[in-house]
Amino acid sequence: MSRLLIRGARLFGAQAADLLVEDGIIREVGSVRATGDVEVLDADGLVALPGLVDLHVHLREPGREDAETIATGSAAAAAGGYTAVFAMANTSPVTDTAEAAERVLDLGRACGLTQVVPVGAVTKGLAGAELAELGLMARSRAAVRVFSDDGHCVHDARVMRRALEYVKPFGGVISQHAQDPRLAGPDACCHEGEVSGRLGLPGWPGIAEESIVARDVMLARHTGSRVHVAHVSTAGTVEVIRWAKAQGIDVTAEVTPHHLALTTDLLVGYDPVYKVNPPLRPTEDVEALRAALVDGTIDAVATDHAPHARHDKEHAFADAAFGMLGLETALSVVSEVLVRPGLLDWAGVARVMSTSPARIGGLAAQGRSLSEGEPAHITLVDPDREVTVDATTSRSRSRNNPWHGRTFRGAVEATVYAGRITHERWTTSRTHRPLTTATPGADL
Amino acid sequence: MSEGDISRALRRIGHEILERNKGSDGLVLLGIPSRGVPLARRLAACIEDVEGTQIPVGELDITLHRDDLRRHPVRTAHRSRIPAAGIDDQVVVLVDDVLYSGRTIRAALDALSELGRPRAVRLAVLVDRGHRELPIRADHVGKNLPTSRDERVHVRVAELDGIDVVRISGGEGR
Amino acid sequence: MTRHLISSADLSRVEVEDILETAASMHDLQRREVKKVPTLRGRTIINFFFEDSTRTRSSFEIAGKWMSADTINLSAKGSSTSKGESLRDTAMTVDAMAVDALVIRHNASGACHQVAQWVRCSVINAGDGTHEHPTQALLDAYTLRTRLGDLDGKHVVIVGDLTHSRVFRSNVITLKTLGARVTVVAPPTLMPSGIAAWSAADGFATSWHLDPVLDGDGEHGPVDAVMMLRVQRERMSGGYFPTAREYTVGYGLTRDRLDRLVARNDDVLVLHPGPMNRGLEIAPEAADAPQSVVLDQVSAGVAVRMAVLYHLLAGDDTPAPPLAAATTDGAAR
Repeated sequence: MSRLLIRGARLFGAQAADLLVEDGIIREVGSVRATGDVEVLDADGLVALPGLVDLHVHLREPGREDAETIATGSAAAAAGGYTAVFAMANTSPVTDTAEAAERVLDLGRACGLTQVVPVGAVTKGLAGAELAELGLMARSRAAVRVFSDDGHCVHDARVMRRALEYVKPFGGVISQHAQDPRLAGPDACCHEGEVSGRLGLPGWPGIAEESIVARDVMLARHTGSRVHVAHVSTAGTVEVIRWAKAQGIDVTAEVTPHHLALTTDLLVGYDPVYKVNPPLRPTEDVEALRAALVDGTIDAVATDHAPHARHDKEHAFADAAFGMLGLETALSVVSEVLVRPGLLDWAGVARVMSTSPARIGGLAAQGRSLSEGEPAHITLVDPDREVTVDATTSRSRSRNNPWHGRTFRGAVEATVYAGRITHERWTTSRTHRPLTTATPGADL
Repeated sequence: MSEGDISRALRRIGHEILERNKGSDGLVLLGIPSRGVPLARRLAACIEDVEGTQIPVGELDITLHRDDLRRHPVRTAHRSRIPAAGIDDQVVVLVDDVLYSGRTIRAALDALSELGRPRAVRLAVLVDRGHRELPIRADHVGKNLPTSRDERVHVRVAELDGIDVVRISGGEGR
Repeated sequence: MTRHLISSADLSRVEVEDILETAASMHDLQRREVKKVPTLRGRTIINFFFEDSTRTRSSFEIAGKWMSADTINLSAKGSSTSKGESLRDTAMTVDAMAVDALVIRHNASGACHQVAQWVRCSVINAGDGTHEHPTQALLDAYTLRTRLGDLDGKHVVIVGDLTHSRVFRSNVITLKTLGARVTVVAPPTLMPSGIAAWSAADGFATSWHLDPVLDGDGEHGPVDAVMMLRVQRERMSGGYFPTAREYTVGYGLTRDRLDRLVARNDDVLVLHPGPMNRGLEIAPEAADAPQSVVLDQVSAGVAVRMAVLYHLLAGDDTPAPPLAAATTDGAAR
């Protein structure tokens, strides 16, 4: 039985307290005296949050293990402070059966660095035509609750309606990648506006997202279902969601760190590292997204971590793959753009990066308070440490990192998953000393 | 050289050209930009004064044939103006202000070879300052000005610079 | 630092004028028996065409050969579905052979810009997707200047599928650099996104109506040249306009429109980058009219491309020093 004592962290950024963890549970909170065989983690000056939960990652396994595996993705997740990640279904083969979902679950467990929750496809093969075996996936050991064709939009209204209805009995939720293919086709790669006009890049107008979200919230109302909007990118979508919530419609939404910080102007150099779906938008949209996250219109931050092999990115912009890495930098980005200017406090960060995503994804054991008896999923953050992102030192297999060279204030210091430290970053001022009662000469 | 020196030299060169050519038949003067061009025109005028015939005058841009292009920022090339009668079987007299290393003239000969086949090519220069790097010599020289390499020869012509003068600067000074 | 020509905005007014001046001397070559100058002897130029184009490629090939360079043509598939070598690997492989210049045509906007980040040689954009085609703009400017002289204050009208036109994007820049006034005409579905802010920022006018512009009414003023852009029939299936005949009635240079133009100014010039859809965006009578300078454009193409190759490759690698006379060009390097 391993015991871990986290000493002096500020819980949710507020009062400092010690946390004693044993067998994966928080045993004691407060002023704890370490006795016996216990690992001590000096967390003075650090903020303790419930383990972060990411509703949207691409782990590429099975099928594209050259870009990422469940193991490397889990390592990146742990380094980013994540104790749970929802692995999207657009693998090869697609996760559209119970067997495929269980395979992802088992690979995640074998690695053991974070809870890997398989997301099931909404339609067979992501083709958007026939429902996948949603019920069997829900009943499987993977207990799938979140379903998404992400990468593709469930654009057929009837199929979306059926899906929304069908998942109700098992409390499932459809996470929609909102992109009307008739308004933004597969070539669309740059926010439709002055930048796309000048650069001659096929435009991806905001209306292609907004019109689907508007339809989906109305469908959710009509069917009495829950719907989740993946990677919100425009102010218009925020308005629709805000209205829908005011109507009492059960809609939730997520936003990526890159949509909170980066704008379409970055595309001027045609660097494919900035190519992502939905695309980066203008400043007005970025500002609306930040405000929406702060006021709760958008419930959660989700990275849409999308690793790509170099040879899939090193093409002409229009030919390059869509997507950016995000797991390892998410907390730092949120800290820099929201906490530092005082828009969000650390309790708010816990809400958007842990509690809400856990609730949306149906993870009862994650995103909880840091109290006695709760599972020990804990993220320790140094709110003041400045980090300059170095893309080359990533734990991900891929390197398509848009943050390379940027400096952020606030970084994950250590991650505890089910009572075990899955990530730690040491400075000389911080010690990690196993303290034993009966080992002479055990000084460190 | 003063203004007077220059005009006397040009008149003398004009006479020499006619003498050498035994008249003005088949003569074409081609000035090398920039200052060779007005000098060529003046020579043609001198010759017309003496012989009463107008001889064709043109410009030969040698930029594209220089051997030192890679040593300098790129220079704009300009159009050559070859008289309508062309240069085939004509006696072309190249006209330039200063003859120094001879490389400009080598480039001019290359440029000419792409335009046709003259019967003969001669060279008239206002100043020969020595220090040839190629086996090139002028047929007609306004003035021989032995110089050292660290001196510079400045030729100014009224059509471009507002004044006619040849000066030397640098070196020991004169 | 190698010099590239990727966007028309890479050239200042002085540089454009120098290139056009050099092009004039190159143009003379075409009338000679020996159509060659030794200036780029020993240089190797690769024409790397990821998108087919017989005319532009042969224009560049002739240009390189007449400069005495060794020119080699390479084709490559540029489609996003080909999972072969990445663009970067392809570019760097060729660059590793120590070539002096890559002339690239690609179906993706920005491809030349990206390649220039990866290679040491000079990169010349022969057309990248719907982004730019700088040598086309230069040869159009050359053609205009040959007939109209200095372009300061001259009014050039560009008509057609602007959304998908790299000729438009480059021409707007070069024409403005040379001081011309530009008006662009297209139906709303063929106007590029963001055109309102873009045209305001860059100082050109836009209109959905061709006739008032050609008639020189009101704020438009008299027209010195009309540039008709090719309209692809495939755009009909994208829903950009309903039928070819409707497009022609609204935006084609019909015989009637030509007659009205010529009546106002018989020195007006008609340009077209080619290939032309006779009867769609330009009536045959207009294509063949005395005012049409389409063939001049083609002839200018070789000379201008020779001048571009010369200006990028002949000198040392430092940018040319600015002339003493102040230039007021706004075009960025």
